Amino acid sequence: MGDAPFLSVEEISKTFHSDQVVNQVLDSISFTIQRGETIALLGESGCGKSTLLNIIGGFERPDQGFVKLQNEPITKPSRKAIMLFQHYGLLPWKSALKNVEFGLESSSLSAKERAERARHYLDLVGLSGKSQMFPHEVSGGMKQRIAIARALAPQPELILMDEPFAALDTFNRYHLQDQLLNIQAKEQTTIVLVTHDIDEAIYLADRIFIMHSNPGRIHHEIHVELSKPRDRSHPDFYAYRKQILDEFHFSRQESAIEFHI
Amino acid sequence: MKLKFLAPAGIGFILLIAVWQMVYTFGNYDAVLFPPPLAVGAAILSLIQDGTLITHIQVSLYRFLLGYLSAVVIAVGLGLLLGRLPLLWSILDPIAQVIRPVSPIAWSPFIVLWFGIGDIPAIVIIFIAAFFPVLLSTVGAVRKVDASYLKVAENFEVKGFPLLFKVIFPAAFPFIANGLHIAVGTAWIFLVAGEMVGAQSGLGYLIVDARNSMRLDFVMAGIVFIGVLGLLLDKVVGVFERWINRQWGIRAT
Repeated sequence: MGDAPFLSVEEISKTFHSDQVVNQVLDSISFTIQRGETIALLGESGCGKSTLLNIIGGFERPDQGFVKLQNEPITKPSRKAIMLFQHYGLLPWKSALKNVEFGLESSSLSAKERAERARHYLDLVGLSGKSQMFPHEVSGGMKQRIAIARALAPQPELILMDEPFAALDTFNRYHLQDQLLNIQAKEQTTIVLVTHDIDEAIYLADRIFIMHSNPGRIHHEIHVELSKPRDRSHPDFYAYRKQILDEFHFSRQESAIEFHI
Repeated sequence: MKLKFLAPAGIGFILLIAVWQMVYTFGNYDAVLFPPPLAVGAAILSLIQDGTLITHIQVSLYRFLLGYLSAVVIAVGLGLLLGRLPLLWSILDPIAQVIRPVSPIAWSPFIVLWFGIGDIPAIVIIFIAAFFPVLLSTVGAVRKVDASYLKVAENFEVKGFPLLFKVIFPAAFPFIANGLHIAVGTAWIFLVAGEMVGAQSGLGYLIVDARNSMRLDFVMAGIVFIGVLGLLLDKVVGVFERWINRQWGIRAT
């Protein structure tokens, strides 16, 4: 079994029915992911990328096909694949530390071990001094860092991110993306990231799956072969950017040269 | 801030007492049938001085707290379960909707015949008065719990009683606290009625007893105490509710 892929998505299809409208959101999607990879699912809203992420997490069932994590089919949510949400999903009545400990709620650790591990992961996201703060007392960026610490605490095989930084301003977003790269280098977590932010996809992902809608399909796969951490202003970065913009037909094909030297 | 609230309130009560006194003076009413402010003040003082007031208040608060708190515990417990069992609730909800609008006093013949006289009828009536608002607000609160909390709990494999007590109850608590606040008012209103049914003590009995001896000044004194105590209870629960909201990070609107 050693050579089975870490995560395999096979022939996933999903259709939503509402009144008379039949909407095929996903049409036989297949791919595999290796341990430690970061994958970005990039597409416009409505292309089914969040539905696909929910199916990988076990929150929704596909009509056809299946998802296997370490060769075991995923049928329901579990601590092996933790989802991070755009709006953090923190429990407002718990302190940062207790929120992280909540990630270990169903583990067999003792109360002391839980607190220790929660502290360790709060340190890792740079919030060691804020463990007693409540979610409403900290900024959006800190909330997402608490959520990341909580997701890491049970040491999941896979982290699923549903537009995790979309609610943050640009500077916070850049800062958190860097932090995520650091953490990923240390923890070797496998990440599937859903985003509509092209720069975010290029900055974080090893491979980018470009999704188009009606029905949702993976249109194209792009290997980002730049070493991390990447330079957002490097010409190579822009080359990937242009390639993706072309995919979405946002580039101007025949833009006139605006000036000559 | 406190002053801003107290000054208009003081003016309001001074006006009320002034109008009351003027109606009495110019209306030429019988003091027995229409006790003037001074007579009521004297009645209040004498009730405080001879200690009967303290006894009545103690008895009333004891019945109120017993009836109210047992209703809260049972209704919140049931509400948490029923909120999570929509099928069962769809069967029980119509029954609750039929019983809820019935005044608890309507049950008093049953209550007296089944439980006799003494403390229990008042406690049962307060229980009924508090039970339904708390039950309905708890069920509603549980069903309104943010789906993202449930998704997170599912993701971390938290289920069963830990899910109920560590996620659903705290998530629903601000809404439940709102139901508790409403129920305090309702239950306090029915305290008097409850104590008119077979009780031999308490603020409600004070009023019945004064009426029987045609002492309307004492009736009025009883009414004043019930109003003031009701206001205080409401404030206490209001403080509790605000504390909950602060703790839960809900901004007061």
